[in-house]
Amino acid sequence: MQDFLRRFARNQAAIVGVVILLVVIALALLAPVLYPDSPWDMVTEPFLAPGADRAHPLGSDMMGRDLAAGIFHGARVSLMIGIVATLVALAVGVTIGAIAGYYGGWVDNVLMRVTELFQTIPAFIFAIVLVSIFQPSVTSIVLAIGTVSWPPVARLTRSEFLTLRSREFVQACITIGMGDLRIIVLHVLPNALAPIIVTGSLMVATAILTEAGLAFLGLGDPNVMSWGTIIGAGRDVLRTAAYVTAIPGIAILLTVLALNLVGEGLNDALNPKLKNR
Amino acid sequence: MPRVVRYLAWRLLQAIPIVAGIAVFNFMLLQFAPGDAADVLAGEAGGATPEYIAQLKARFGLDQPVPVQLGKYLWNVARLDLGFSFRHNMPVVDLILSHLPATLLLMGAAIVLAFSLGVLLGVTAARHVNRPLDTIISVGALLAYATPIFWIGLMMILLFSVQLGWLPSSGMRTIGADLTGFTYAIDVVRHLVLPATALSLFFMALYTRLMRASMLEVYSLDYVTTARAKGLTERRVAFKHVLRNALLPMVTMLGLQVGSMLGGSVLVETVFGWPGLGRLAFEAVFQRDNNLLLGILLLSSVLVVIVNVVIDLTYARLDPRIEVG
Repeated sequence: MQDFLRRFARNQAAIVGVVILLVVIALALLAPVLYPDSPWDMVTEPFLAPGADRAHPLGSDMMGRDLAAGIFHGARVSLMIGIVATLVALAVGVTIGAIAGYYGGWVDNVLMRVTELFQTIPAFIFAIVLVSIFQPSVTSIVLAIGTVSWPPVARLTRSEFLTLRSREFVQACITIGMGDLRIIVLHVLPNALAPIIVTGSLMVATAILTEAGLAFLGLGDPNVMSWGTIIGAGRDVLRTAAYVTAIPGIAILLTVLALNLVGEGLNDALNPKLKNR
Repeated sequence: MPRVVRYLAWRLLQAIPIVAGIAVFNFMLLQFAPGDAADVLAGEAGGATPEYIAQLKARFGLDQPVPVQLGKYLWNVARLDLGFSFRHNMPVVDLILSHLPATLLLMGAAIVLAFSLGVLLGVTAARHVNRPLDTIISVGALLAYATPIFWIGLMMILLFSVQLGWLPSSGMRTIGADLTGFTYAIDVVRHLVLPATALSLFFMALYTRLMRASMLEVYSLDYVTTARAKGLTERRVAFKHVLRNALLPMVTMLGLQVGSMLGGSVLVETVFGWPGLGRLAFEAVFQRDNNLLLGILLLSSVLVVIVNVVIDLTYARLDPRIEVG
């Protein structure tokens, strides 16, 4: 573990990622403290330029809503949806991949056909269809993103399980009569965890981009303010007040960048041999 | 040649269960959707008598048991009948096919741009590994990889259309201009530049990173050392010896990314008002046109299957060790 931390800390890019990510997490945590009122509330005059009023450092949009409040609350929404959707995808993907890889045979065959099916359907269009049919809400968005992003996890877990399955320690577990569930959860899974964690951290980034895209198209939860929603609304005033669109976009960019850097840092630290490839 | 034909037939046969699976899935989603076509039509008319709704349901076959409806749906899909869009007053298939060329043009341009520039940048970065040029390219790729596609599109409109006034910001052709032949093509290309660039940026970043990694891996192989020992120039080693083998993973990636590019084109077409499938999907969402939306989902999946078959064939051509069939 210490070895891992040392290797991770040596990676400058990953540290930059961690710092940005901590800032975003701080925004999310401070949102209810600094901006206890709804970010949808009109608090000042419309089209207040950024920096013109110290009370509203990022200015306001066409409805006089404080952009800074939107950015803070948006951080909450983005991180929450990104993380929960990834957990959903990991739960489904790891379960399917583990069963397929551990049991092999026709079970594997059937599960991989299903995975292939899901992988063929264009993910973002699939997410649009799911959210629009089940009506936009935080739950439907999380489930839709989870539904479209589990196949790579299943494939990864399956291949890990396939190789681990034939190792001596697993054979030993089988010989002493241990139950399948116990072998899978306590013995095989911990050994397959490293690449799954790396994939998971990169998936949060993709999930945040997907959520932003959905919200931009107007498929965000109408009750929460997401960065994508602000961009979607700011689009109408692009010519006169570009900052309304620009600022939340930069927030998304930095968050996604940070997650990618952290994910790659984890990858390098967990697989030191692959470094510099 | 017959071997290729046989392979194609075999692959298409394999694709049938996938397409059928997606069709079943589509049907299930339609069942889940609140309100069926009859309810929607009745609601539109501002309410209707129960008798009228029952009559509508009978007309659409909605009063039949679910398995019968599923059978009918699958039979219709097999005959390429994806239902009727009441909003556009047109069969869904006709609607999709009329919007497909615009999307294919946009995606084709974006793929060519992303692939060629990605290869070029990746090779350059690999040849200057850990030197300033590599750092600049790698940081640029990291940033492009994290940028929301729709946002960069809006920023490009702001810079190139609003500020500089160089390129049109929306649509596929100048409305009202009666252009033909060459001038028409130029007009479309001018409209294409911004959306294609916006769509390609993410994929260009992906290909640059992959190409760099792939080149570095091939560089470490023995045959490259041999090539250098023969006294070949670095340029010749890079382009004649390393590039060809490093390209293989890129082609695989291309196949994996088709679906994701289709998704990206929904966003880009919405931003730039490009009259393709993505824009049609966006409209279908807001018009609650589920038939159309699910038709787009099905046909875009079919498109992914077709492109992947084509890519497998290309793969066999690039690497003679891989045989078709």
